[in-house]
Amino acid sequence: MKVDFTLNGLPVALDVPPTRRLSESLREEAGLRGTKVGCDAGDCGACTVLVDGDPVCACLMPTARVAGRGVTTVEADDADLNALRAAFLRHGAVQCGICTPGMLMAALALRRAVAAPTEQQAQDALGGVLCRCTGYRKIIAAVCDLTGTNAPPPDGPAVGQRMERLDGAIKVAGDSFGADEWQDGSLILRAIRSPHNHARFAFGDLAAWAQANAAHVFTAADIPGRNAFGVIPAFVDQPALAEYTARFRGEAVALVAHENGEAPDLSTFPVTWTPQPALMDPDLAEAAGAALIHAHRPGNRLTEGRVIRGDAAAALARSAHVVQGSIETGFVEHAYIEPEAGVAWMEGDTLCIRACTQAPYMDRDDTAAILGLRPDRVRIIPSAVGGGFGSKLDISLQPLLGLVALKTGRPVRMVYSRAESMASTTKRHPARMTGQIGCDADGRITGVEFVGQFNTGPYSSWGPTVANRVPVHTSGPYLTPNYVAKARAIHTNGPVSGAFRGFGVPQAAIWQETLFDRLADKAGIDRLAFRLRNALRAGDPTVTGQMLTAPGIHECLTALQPHWTRALRDAAGVPGRGVGVAACWYGCGNTSLPNPSTIRIGLRTDGTLVLHQGATDIGQGSNTVIAQIAADALGLPVGAITLIGPDTALSPDAGKTSASRQTFVSGRAALAAGAALRATILRMANMGDGAVLTLHGPTIIARENAAERRIDLAALPPDALGYALSAQETYDPPTSPLDPDGQGSPYAQYGYGAQMVELAVDPALGTVRLIRITAAHDVGCAINPQLAEGQIEGGIAQGIGLALTEEYIPGRTENLHDYLIPTIGDVPPIKSLLIEVPDPEGPYGAKGLGEHVLIPTAPAILNAIRHATGAEITRLPALPHRVLAAIQKALK
Amino acid sequence: MSAYLRPATLDQALLHLAQGDWRVLAGGTDTYVLTDARALPFSVIDVAGLPELAGISQGPGGVRIGAGTTWAAIARADLPVALLALQQAAVQVGGRQIQNTGTIGGNLCTASPAADGIPPLLVVDAQVELVSARGVRVMALSAFLMGPRQTARAMDEVLTAVLIPQQSLAGVSRFEKLGARAYLVISIAMVAVRLNVEGGAIRQAAIAVGACSATAQRLGQVEAALIGTPVSQTAGRVDPALVGAALSPIDDIRATAAYRVGAATELLRRAVTGALA
Repeated sequence: MKVDFTLNGLPVALDVPPTRRLSESLREEAGLRGTKVGCDAGDCGACTVLVDGDPVCACLMPTARVAGRGVTTVEADDADLNALRAAFLRHGAVQCGICTPGMLMAALALRRAVAAPTEQQAQDALGGVLCRCTGYRKIIAAVCDLTGTNAPPPDGPAVGQRMERLDGAIKVAGDSFGADEWQDGSLILRAIRSPHNHARFAFGDLAAWAQANAAHVFTAADIPGRNAFGVIPAFVDQPALAEYTARFRGEAVALVAHENGEAPDLSTFPVTWTPQPALMDPDLAEAAGAALIHAHRPGNRLTEGRVIRGDAAAALARSAHVVQGSIETGFVEHAYIEPEAGVAWMEGDTLCIRACTQAPYMDRDDTAAILGLRPDRVRIIPSAVGGGFGSKLDISLQPLLGLVALKTGRPVRMVYSRAESMASTTKRHPARMTGQIGCDADGRITGVEFVGQFNTGPYSSWGPTVANRVPVHTSGPYLTPNYVAKARAIHTNGPVSGAFRGFGVPQAAIWQETLFDRLADKAGIDRLAFRLRNALRAGDPTVTGQMLTAPGIHECLTALQPHWTRALRDAAGVPGRGVGVAACWYGCGNTSLPNPSTIRIGLRTDGTLVLHQGATDIGQGSNTVIAQIAADALGLPVGAITLIGPDTALSPDAGKTSASRQTFVSGRAALAAGAALRATILRMANMGDGAVLTLHGPTIIARENAAERRIDLAALPPDALGYALSAQETYDPPTSPLDPDGQGSPYAQYGYGAQMVELAVDPALGTVRLIRITAAHDVGCAINPQLAEGQIEGGIAQGIGLALTEEYIPGRTENLHDYLIPTIGDVPPIKSLLIEVPDPEGPYGAKGLGEHVLIPTAPAILNAIRHATGAEITRLPALPHRVLAAIQKALK
Repeated sequence: MSAYLRPATLDQALLHLAQGDWRVLAGGTDTYVLTDARALPFSVIDVAGLPELAGISQGPGGVRIGAGTTWAAIARADLPVALLALQQAAVQVGGRQIQNTGTIGGNLCTASPAADGIPPLLVVDAQVELVSARGVRVMALSAFLMGPRQTARAMDEVLTAVLIPQQSLAGVSRFEKLGARAYLVISIAMVAVRLNVEGGAIRQAAIAVGACSATAQRLGQVEAALIGTPVSQTAGRVDPALVGAALSPIDDIRATAAYRVGAATELLRRAVTGALA
C-alpha cells in the first residue's frame, strides 16, 4: 500500500504493508534510522516521533494511519529541535544516546506548547521515555534551559574541563547503533530459543522445513569450531547453540536465516521440547543429591572465593557489640534501551562483525574459537552501544551472525526483540548473604564474618569474578582487623548471571552497610561518625593485607558531614522522613590478573592528529576522557584530535569496558602514548619539556622561551599506518596474586564514595518518595567533571532501581512494563561532590568511578527507610508491600 | 495474509465485520503489543478515525464520549467534576505518547484488570454502546466487563461510545492510583470515588476499585456505609472489613493480596478526602 505523508516537512510516499509499524517504515523504507526501537511495545518511548505535532510511539502506529499527516523525526532540521540538541550537549544530558532521539522529540512537543517549562512539566512530558544511563537530571535541566552557548573544546589544557562529549553531535542527531546499518540483500537472522527453564530437545526434518520456508537453518552441528564460550578461560562452558539440552529459558538452540520480506512462522519450527525438572533455587541446587547442571561441578558449585584475615570468630566473641543479619536480592536486568543488534559479512577471508559490545577483542577471540577461525580472520567493528552496564561484555549474537555469514557467504543482520534480549542475556547475581559484624565499645570494627551465595545460572560467565571480588570488598572501606568472607557461585537453571556494574559488590555492600547502621545504633554512635571512625586511612591494610596509598573515603564522608547535619535536622520530628548514608570502595581493573590497555596516537603527514581510542564508549565518555588525557600529555588541543574507535582492525586492544578501568588503565596508556609522542617531537625540536606545541596544518611549531622550531610533517616518510610520527604505549596495572586466604594486592587502585539519601516513607502504603541524594565520590582527579557527574547520577538511578523496584523473573518480567526501571519521576535532585585525592597510579591522579557510583545508593536508601520507620528490609527490591510489612513488623 | 481496512464510515466497518474474520483496531497501543512482528500478522479494521466514534458531547441525557476519543483528548476536555476522576486517570495511562494514541473504547475492549480508566467510569454508572449490522445495544459497563480481557462484545460489534447518564453526573470525584514508580505505572491498586454531598452529609456515594479483583468493581456495601455520614467523618467510615470482603485480589509480582486490600482501603480514604476537600 502506498502511503503519502509529510516527513520532516517534505512529501514522501512509502510503499509498505499498511499495518507496518511506523518505526519500521521510517527506518527501513524511508532510511531514517534516528528513530530507535527499544521494545516494540510502547514501554520505552525510544521511538517517539511527532505526528501532527503530537508525540506518539512510532512502534505502535500503523503506517497507513499517517497518510496525509505530518511526521517529525529526530532528523528534522528545526530551530527548536536544534536548540534542544545544543542544550542536551551543554548540560551533559546525553550518554549512550539510544534514548536521546525519543527524549528530544518528546521535549520538542513540550517546548512548542510551553515557552518556559517547569521541572514538573518537563517530567510529565518526558515521563514516557526511559533512559538507563543518565539518571535523567541533566535531561530535565537541558529541557528547562535552552539559553546559553555551547563552548568549543578548550584550546589549552583539557584535563579538568567540563567540556562537551566529543561524540555528542552525532548522538543528538541519532547515532548509529547495532541495528542501524546493514547491507542491501542481507539475510535476516532469528534464533529459536528454549521456552523452558530446562528441557531436552530434538529436531524434526530441518531440511524440509528450511526448504518449505525458503530459509537457511543452522544448529550446533554446523558450528565448525569449539561450541563453547566464556569470559574466563578456565571456566568456558556456554554453547553458542545448545546441544540436546537447553539449560535456561531463552537459550538459543537453532538459527533461521531468511530473506528480507515474508518472515517464516517460527512457531512451526520442527523442534520437540521435553521439559526437565528445573533447579531454580540455589539452595535446592546445592542440596545433597541434586541433579548436576555440569557433571564436573559437584554440588552445582562453580567456584568459591574467600578472604581470611586474623581471627574473626575470636574477635566477635570479645566484641562489645555484635549484629547479625541476612539479606536477599533478586535477578536484576541491565535493561539498556538498545537490544542486542548487529550485522556480519565476509570481506575476502575476513569475517566482519559490526555489533554492540563492551569488549571487541574478547568478542573477536571467542567468536573465532567458536567458528574455528584464526583470530586475525575475524574483525569486530563496534557500533555505537546503546547501554551495556556489563551485559555486553559477553558475546551474544556475534557468533550467531558470524556462523551464518561464514556458511552462506551472505551479509546477515540480527536484532534481538526486547523479550529475547531480556531472556537470553546476563543478569546481576541474586544473592543470599548472612553473617555478623562486631565493634568495640568505642565503635571500632573488631571483626566480620560473611557468607554469600550467588545464583550464577547455568553457565559461568562472570560468576568466578563475582565470587572473587565480593570477599575482597565486603569489609567496605573500613579498617577491619579480623575478617572471614566467603562467596560461592551456584549453578541453577535461572538466567545466566554475569557482570552488572559492580560484580556482586553492590549486593555485599547492602548487607554490610545496613548492618553498620544497626551496629552504630547499638554502640550509641551517630551513623556517619561511626563510618568516619572506621574509614580506611593511608597506610592502613585492607582485608587482603594491601597497604592503601590514597584512600579518599575519609574525605568523602567528611564532605557529607554538613549535609548530614542539615538533613537530620530537616527530618527530625517529621513523620516518615528518614536520612540514610552508605559508603563504598571498589578496586579498579581485573582482580589479580593482567589487564593491559594499549593506546596509539599519531600525526599524519597532513597534520591530522589521530587517537586510536580503543576503549569502547558505551556512554560513559571514554571517547572524551581518553582524548582529554592524551591531548594534555601531548600538549596539543583536544579539539585537534580525530578519533578512531575500537575496531579490532584499526585500533590496538584497550581492553574491555568493565571494572571501572578505562579512565584509569586506558587513560594511563593514553597518558604514556601522548607523552611518548611529545618526547619524539621535542627530541626532533631539540627542546625541553617546557616547550609549547602548536599545530598549523602539516606543521608543528615548538616554542620554548624565545626559540621556535618547525617540524614539517609532510616532509617525513609515513610509516605503514600512514603516520609521520606516532607512539603506542601499553599500561598494565601492577597487582599481585591472592594467596589461598585471599591475601595480596588484587588491585593497583581503588576508588571511594559515600552517598546520603533523604526520603519520605508513606507509613500507610509503604511507598518511598526520594527527596534528595548527596553523593561524594573520590575520583582522584575529575578529568571531566560533567561526565563524572553523569556517571554518579546514572549509577544512582540504577541503585534506586536495585533498592526499590527491579526484580527480573524468568518468563514473567521479560518486558519494560513489568520490569520496572526508574522513570524520569523517580530520580530526585542529586548533588555531586567530587573529591580529588590523587592516586599515584592514575593518569593525573584519576581513579575509576563507573561502578562505585551504584554501590552506596541501595544501602543508603534502606538505611533511610529504617531511620524513617524502623523497618528493616531483608528482601529486595523494597516494593511497597515489603516495606509496609517491615514497618508493621518493626512496630510489634 | 493479513489485511487492513480503514473504512470511511461506521456502516462500512460493520458490513465487513459481519462478513469476515477481522479484529477491530482502535488506537493500537494494546494491539501492537500482541506481536513482535514488523506489521500486524492478523487482519484489522481500523476504526480510529471513524467520525461516528469521535468527540465528546453533553446533552440533557448526559455525556457521550466517542469510543475513538484519546486519553489526551479526555484529559483536556471541559467535563463535569463528576468526571474529574476520569481526567485524572487519563493523564496516568502510560506516557504522553500512549495518551495521544490510546482510546477509551480500545481500553475498555482490552479489559485489563489494571485498566486505569475503568474505576472512574464505574462510579458514574457508565454504559457502553455496541453497534453491529444487527443493531445497537447499550449495556452497563459493569456488565460489559466479564473478566480479565473478556468482554460482552460480539466479534461483529464495534464499541462506539461510552455513555454517562445525567443522574450520575452529580457530585465530586477523585481518582487515586498506586504503583511502584512515578510514570508508566501498571497499578498495584487504583480507586475512584464519586460523592454527592447535601447539607454537609453524603447523599450519594459511588466507589470503585481496580487491580484488586478479576475486573474492576463497585463496592456497594462500602458505599452504603458512607450514606448520611458527615463530610468530616466520611473518610474514616471506609471500612477495611467491607473493602476486604468485596475484593478478591491475588498475590503477584507487584504486591501481595493482603497488601492490596489494605492499600485499596487507604486509597479510598484518600480519594474521599481529596474529593471532599
